[in-house]
Amino acid sequence: MKKIQYREWGLDSARYWGLLAFLAAIAGIGGLAALYMEHNGHWVTGMSNQVVWGTPHVFAVFLIVAASGALNVASVGSVFGKKLYKPLAPLSGLLAVALLLGGLLVLVLDLGRPDRLIVAMTYYNFKSIFAWNIFLYTGFMAIVLVYLFTMMERKMNDYSKPVGVFAFVWRLLLTTGTGSIFGFLAAREAYNSALLAPMFIVLSFAFGLAIYLLVLMYAFRADQRPLGDVVVLRLKHLLGVFVAAMLYFTLVYHITNLYITENHDFVAFVLRDGGIYTAAFWLGHVFVGSLVPLFIIYHPVLGHSRSWIAGACAMVILGGLANIYLIIIGGQAFPMSLFPGKTLIESGFQDGVNGLPAAYAPSLPEFLLGLGGVAVALLVTAVGIRMLRFLPDSLADDVADPHGGKAAAAH
Amino acid sequence: MNTEPTDAGRREFIGRAAAATALVVAPGVVLHAVAEATPRSEPVSGKVRWGMLIDTSKCADGCRACVDACDQENGLTLQSKPEGADAKSWDGQRAVWIRQVKVRDNLTGRVTGLPVMCQHCEFPPCVDVCPTGASFKRADGIVMVDRHICIGCRYCMMACPYKARSFIHEDVAAKPTRAPRGKGCVESCNFCVHRLDNGGTTTACQDACAKAGHGAIVFGDLKDPASPVSKALASQQSGQIRPELKLNTGVRYHGL
Repeated sequence: MKKIQYREWGLDSARYWGLLAFLAAIAGIGGLAALYMEHNGHWVTGMSNQVVWGTPHVFAVFLIVAASGALNVASVGSVFGKKLYKPLAPLSGLLAVALLLGGLLVLVLDLGRPDRLIVAMTYYNFKSIFAWNIFLYTGFMAIVLVYLFTMMERKMNDYSKPVGVFAFVWRLLLTTGTGSIFGFLAAREAYNSALLAPMFIVLSFAFGLAIYLLVLMYAFRADQRPLGDVVVLRLKHLLGVFVAAMLYFTLVYHITNLYITENHDFVAFVLRDGGIYTAAFWLGHVFVGSLVPLFIIYHPVLGHSRSWIAGACAMVILGGLANIYLIIIGGQAFPMSLFPGKTLIESGFQDGVNGLPAAYAPSLPEFLLGLGGVAVALLVTAVGIRMLRFLPDSLADDVADPHGGKAAAAH
Repeated sequence: MNTEPTDAGRREFIGRAAAATALVVAPGVVLHAVAEATPRSEPVSGKVRWGMLIDTSKCADGCRACVDACDQENGLTLQSKPEGADAKSWDGQRAVWIRQVKVRDNLTGRVTGLPVMCQHCEFPPCVDVCPTGASFKRADGIVMVDRHICIGCRYCMMACPYKARSFIHEDVAAKPTRAPRGKGCVESCNFCVHRLDNGGTTTACQDACAKAGHGAIVFGDLKDPASPVSKALASQQSGQIRPELKLNTGVRYHGL
């Protein structure tokens, strides 16, 4: 077996700086959007006292969930000892840190008082899952950085397995924590379910891997490094399994709610009557985010085309955003049942009169802030692979899996 | 001898003045003793639990006395639509501490009107979820926000089963000293805590309701069996909103 060599990203200077400038511009615009919202107050956004978390939270939660999922590729290599995944691990760790950073930035900049970040770091209420998450997120960054060090510094290679196992366990805890932000909310019909924690883990597998595959394919193509079918098809199949698992969790979630009479209104809202939220479910999550990618991934011809695979990844990401939008915004727009057995016919506080959902329309600054977070994540990744040796020189089939030619041919 | 009428007048004046003073001071002294509100120099006492009973049968259709009084008391009338804000959006963004709602029973069609505000739970979900501890419950049962350490994450608003909290979406130009508020923080009903901490024993909504002649709101110490609220609760049916959550709310309703 050839020894895997790692090399900095060799994109020519003009293209590299152009890419950085582009991403920095988007990140900058996101920063300005945050400043604008901060200066004026949240009235300039679509958020209200009814829908208190808006589009920035959709991006932030998506990025944070995807971050833990992006680490999976490394975990498969270190924890489950799959040799094929080992050369893929450094990029996996870098992406995990970068995505988490982008997501956290968006989350913090959407606070009512981001200037009080120091308060969030010094005052803790340990019954709050939010407080735990502060430790889970910062801890994740620290652990993954150490993990990267053990992988990339030859003298430390022996430690990469135990550190990798620890990082894997930590990432499961992290996504459990993120899912529990919603799962622990007993007050609202859309949440209040332990299922949300494992569901978020499965979502993270799918989102993280889709982003990973896209970044990997782009980085290798832009630098003209060989990327063989063995790696791409293996990751693609894994993505298919994760997307199917995502659908399974969605099914169980709704079947459970369908069985419980008090939740019928909520299921009807998501599946039939919710307007934009129903569209986010069927069109976004189910069709674009799951069924079409599954079709492409398992299609005998399309499933071997790099463009189609990239398309499937992009669709998993878009459908994922739609799903998180449904979970976060739809879950708040659906009126809380304050008086079971009664219909609210008048309210001085927009309490869902006659069962109508709360109004929310995303505003431009919210969207730009979210996009800024994505840009920061990609910027960190681009700088990272350029400055340090994150990417293997080649992932051609004979390098990546010299003894598995037959297995690859079978795909 | 011509001084007698003057003396009589003076005596009468002094007598009236004494009576007036007694009339003004005595209820304060007596009620203060009854409610055992803690002096400002000492920590709030857990011997008291402030609570409220709202008699929906006395809550008059179309009356906004409690809402207006609360807005006035806590500076919410000073809110104004920011320039350029859409009126409909702003209506969902301005702070509301107490609102009137009307519900119709799905089976019987009976319509009930009631005010809803922070229910001052014994086990408040907003306090559980707050990452910094800004959302807290005082020893005397009042649930409120420490505006110095609220970071504006709005998780408490996600967690509140009564949708009782508001986020301040705009710059606050003016505010009363007794109820400070500022952009980017969360707030809600605090049982007019500034009154209670200064020896008062009533809330603005309760006073306004009584003044309007309805007397639908009775407020007081739930731990004192002799308090009007305890007596009212002992003598008539009452319930909580969303009792299945077992939050043991400090606000109870009759006739809901």
